[in-house]
Amino acid sequence: MSDIDSTTKPTIGKGYRLQWEPAQNAHVLLYPEGMIRLNVSAGEILKRCDGERTLGDIVSDLERTFETSDIKDDITAFIAMAVTNKWVELRA
Amino acid sequence: MNAQLQAAGSAPAVAAKPAGPPLWLLLELTYRCPLHCVFCYNPTDFARTTEELATEDWIRVLREARAMGSVQLGLSGGEPLTRDDLEEIVAEAHRLGFYTNLVTSGVGLNEKRIRALKDAGLDHIQLSFQDSTREMNDFLSSTRTFELKSKVAALIKQHGYPMVLNVVLHRMNIDHVGQILDMAERMNADYVELANTQYYGWAWHNREQLLPSRAQAENAERVTAEFRKRVGERIRVYFVVPDYFEKRPKPCMNGLGSIFLTVTPDGTALPCHAARMLPGMQFPNVREASVEWIWRESPAFNRFRGDDWMKEPCRSCPEKTKDFGGCRCQAYLMTGDPTNADPVCEFSPHHHLVTEAVARAEQPRVVEKVLTFRDARTSRSLLERSSG
Repeated sequence: MSDIDSTTKPTIGKGYRLQWEPAQNAHVLLYPEGMIRLNVSAGEILKRCDGERTLGDIVSDLERTFETSDIKDDITAFIAMAVTNKWVELRA
Repeated sequence: MNAQLQAAGSAPAVAAKPAGPPLWLLLELTYRCPLHCVFCYNPTDFARTTEELATEDWIRVLREARAMGSVQLGLSGGEPLTRDDLEEIVAEAHRLGFYTNLVTSGVGLNEKRIRALKDAGLDHIQLSFQDSTREMNDFLSSTRTFELKSKVAALIKQHGYPMVLNVVLHRMNIDHVGQILDMAERMNADYVELANTQYYGWAWHNREQLLPSRAQAENAERVTAEFRKRVGERIRVYFVVPDYFEKRPKPCMNGLGSIFLTVTPDGTALPCHAARMLPGMQFPNVREASVEWIWRESPAFNRFRGDDWMKEPCRSCPEKTKDFGGCRCQAYLMTGDPTNADPVCEFSPHHHLVTEAVARAEQPRVVEKVLTFRDARTSRSLLERSSG
């Protein structure tokens, strides 16, 4: 997906809802008649997709929070996959 | 209803205790329905139900189930819009954090109610059509509802809901799959559910007239695949396969008592919406027991957990952790014993019952049996016939 760059503002897709489920000890994505249980990384990325923060903001926040670096490509690839699946929409 | 519920991972053995909560809660708020569909899965003796749960009962069920971790909520029936407390139920469900799905015929969904439901926090509407043509839609539901449903589809989109169009497929409309999909595209549906008839309730009663031929089923799948290729991700199409043409059974409900809980209009709790037919079962009622006890402790919900109940060929079958022996209701309806393998499985000693039904559907014939429409009068007369 060439239209994703560090200024892109990802947001949760229409009809999807992200929430924390204590009973499953996980973030889940809910959509019409379905649910995707997210692993820790996917949950941490998606909960930052609020339509306000840019991809650049999200990457640096995650790098800071988890004391890591060089994750931009992985996160961009995840966002691209999430867009294909309609979990996420992009705002310019 | 077809839950595309992707729970994480699959268990290596069939779990005897519930691994988790009833993630999927289906409330059948009422059996009252303005439609009279010949393929309805509701029990044919639904007229027996006289007293529906009160608003506060439904709300108690919502709170108890949510506390356990239920998260997907189906509001169905019958026609749930016949209850004037639907908005109140949705509001509480939304407040509790459920993802709320309304499963409706569209009858009764006017501007005022769709707005009130939006305000209450309704997440999604699944609208049923019986066919792409007014004639067949109205014939199969025994109503004049096609125009109304088309207007409701526009209303749903106008109010920004994600929309699933659900069409139950059978011999009389399966050849129209292409037109049905085109209709869904025109209506800007987000998802289409092409649900081949599952033969329970009224559909079982009408099976001889509803079961399509193999060529019809294969053609429908081909047309669906072409449509998917053309529209891509824009419209997601679920094609629920007609299991009579398969050699392996469906993993019905992911195993009874694993993720799914239905509460019927009178408060009976079931591990699957058709399970009330199963013999020798005492299904608990939410008027008398907590959802927690029903799910974890009640004998009815533990009856088909694990694999102790299985007979051969399921018991020693390596695929038992994948399909859980198929559907208990189908095993009971066809063989008289719910612990038998689902006859859809080619290893079932009763598999011939399925292949014979399919063979009968291959023959062009004059249908001598009239279709039985789902209404209260017929339900009462079927009751009398079975008890008298």
